[in-house]
Amino acid sequence: MSGLSPVSDGAYDVELRAVTKRFGHLKAVDAVSLKVRKGEFLSLLGPSGCGKTTSLRLVAGFEQPDEGEILIGGTDAVGTPPYRRDVNTVFQQYALFPHMSVLDNVSYGLKQRKVGKSERYARAREALELVRMTGREAQKPTTLSGGQQQRIALARALVMRPRVLLLDEPLGALDLKLRKEMQIELKRIQEQVGITFIYVTHDQGEALSMSDRVAVMANGVIEQIDEPRVIYDRPLTPFVADFIGDMNFLTGEVVEAADGGFAIDAGAGIVVRGRGQAAKGTRMRVGIRPERMVAVAGPPAGTANSAGAEVVTKMYLGDQIQIVAELPGIGSIVVREQRASADPALDSIHPGDRIALSWDESSPLLLGETAPASTAGQQEEQS
Amino acid sequence: MRKRRLRAKHAFTAWAVVVYGFLFLPILVMAVFAFNKPSPAALAGFHGSSVCAIPPAQIGNITVWNGFTSCWFSAGLHDPTYIPAIVTSLQIAAVAAVISTVLGLCAALALARMKPRLRAPFDALVYLTLVVPEIVIAVASLIFFVQARNYIHGFPGLGKVTILIGQVVFNASVSMLIIRARFVGMGDVLEEASFDLGSGPVGTFRQVTLPRLMPAIVSAALLSFTFSFDDYVLPAFTNGTTNTWPIVLYSAVRFGLTPAVNALATIMLAVTLTAVIVTAVMLRRSRTRTGSGDAALAVQVLP
Repeated sequence: MSGLSPVSDGAYDVELRAVTKRFGHLKAVDAVSLKVRKGEFLSLLGPSGCGKTTSLRLVAGFEQPDEGEILIGGTDAVGTPPYRRDVNTVFQQYALFPHMSVLDNVSYGLKQRKVGKSERYARAREALELVRMTGREAQKPTTLSGGQQQRIALARALVMRPRVLLLDEPLGALDLKLRKEMQIELKRIQEQVGITFIYVTHDQGEALSMSDRVAVMANGVIEQIDEPRVIYDRPLTPFVADFIGDMNFLTGEVVEAADGGFAIDAGAGIVVRGRGQAAKGTRMRVGIRPERMVAVAGPPAGTANSAGAEVVTKMYLGDQIQIVAELPGIGSIVVREQRASADPALDSIHPGDRIALSWDESSPLLLGETAPASTAGQQEEQS
Repeated sequence: MRKRRLRAKHAFTAWAVVVYGFLFLPILVMAVFAFNKPSPAALAGFHGSSVCAIPPAQIGNITVWNGFTSCWFSAGLHDPTYIPAIVTSLQIAAVAAVISTVLGLCAALALARMKPRLRAPFDALVYLTLVVPEIVIAVASLIFFVQARNYIHGFPGLGKVTILIGQVVFNASVSMLIIRARFVGMGDVLEEASFDLGSGPVGTFRQVTLPRLMPAIVSAALLSFTFSFDDYVLPAFTNGTTNTWPIVLYSAVRFGLTPAVNALATIMLAVTLTAVIVTAVMLRRSRTRTGSGDAALAVQVLP
């Protein structure tokens, strides 16, 4: 087998090459290719059922791919059972052994490697120190809180010094405050030990704040993989645009295309001008983030990148104000502004009042061509 | 409001006392009557060295209290049929418990991970052994064992082994259901975690699966032992010339029971209670929190 192993250039800890995994007729993972760099914190982000956990389980070895290759540390891992892979997993439900003490849990993996008792306990204590859980060695895991159990689970995997650490929604069961704490903690630990992390989550805030790169997944494929900033600022597909943050969608024919700029007639007299390559005459979809829009009370200016709308609801989100407004003949649109810089007149508007929306030329994001017939269906699927 | 809640609490306490009294008073009465003398009327015509040497047929009414004696314990322990029968029953029950639990464990592990469609016939067989009346199984077993001895060379004659085989069929089904319930409830995430940490299938079974199943395994073994020990119907058909404790007791009823039976039952109760208490103390000491419910269940079922 080793003679036939595909070679890798060594810069990647994990490589997926056109990996497909089917459950019955469903393609959970559909020809996914992915390269995870050494020491990288990579997140697999997506809604439930998008294939992110299956991808992780394929790397861990709990599932075997139907097609494609999986390379771990440059050697083919397909067919290798989980207990012979140089990766370790932190499970969502912790999966600590309830019949063993904390110390025995953490040293379990070393015991399987036939490490002597005194050495494995010493290394387990080190790992517990790393996750700041000293003093609980003799306790049973069930006597600890969720956050503490998750730290033990992390220590149990880290003590193995794996090439790659796989984390399957490890903070999913924790409450918000604890989750924020653990995010910072995880990032600190990852930087300290320098192990490659593959982190599965459906929480975009978590993925964007912790990762070096984020792979957004939907329906078994990776829609976009890039740094968090790029994922947010330059989403490549309507799915990514919609899934990451909030997005207002407008669709129309390109009426002008020149000098890296475009103009789209979105209907109802609204012309969207933006930057990017678009062919004249095609139907394109653009997205504008709610926080990139400015609302003022009163009628619209009637120029490009402005629109008149009718207020549906107004909401205060602490430091921000959010207005949902109806664009006649197009649909609803969300605007979010910092209250410190928003038009003071917005405080006195009510549902039914007319407001003017505007945005600058850098705000509209080109999200690809749409066939007029399929627009409605696609829109529904995303919502 | 508070007064009402207090009154409700007292009512529940009283109810609990009544229920436990109903459950345990008969056992207490049995133990007390192990020390009962034969009636004065019966003793009038009897001139033995010990009042407990009185023939069972003459003993008269022993359900009324006639006075204290401890000689029934000695009488019971020296009875020519009682002790050998108890030993036989204990032997059969112990072996049946071990075999049934091992078979049940194997079946539980195999069936739990099987596809439902393949599992269905096995499940049907298991439930069949539980729902078919024991008398039917007993008659069928008798015919089978007799025929098997005619056709299979070396097949054991009616006796301990045939009683054992018949009971294992039933007990293995019960054991399988108990162990499988826990096995399915455990899920496989802990086993995955063990694999993930470098432990192979054998190591994972020994270090994770088996310890986690232990409460269910102990429950299954205790239940099998109990079912086997006090089983009458099946041994009555398949015993040949072997006498088990229940068979001896039932035949004793015909000639008149003596408090010696109570005495032996009291000894067994004392032994069982001691064993249960020792086990409970040991379990608490090893702080095995998980699955203590199963063990408690098994303890309740004990005679």
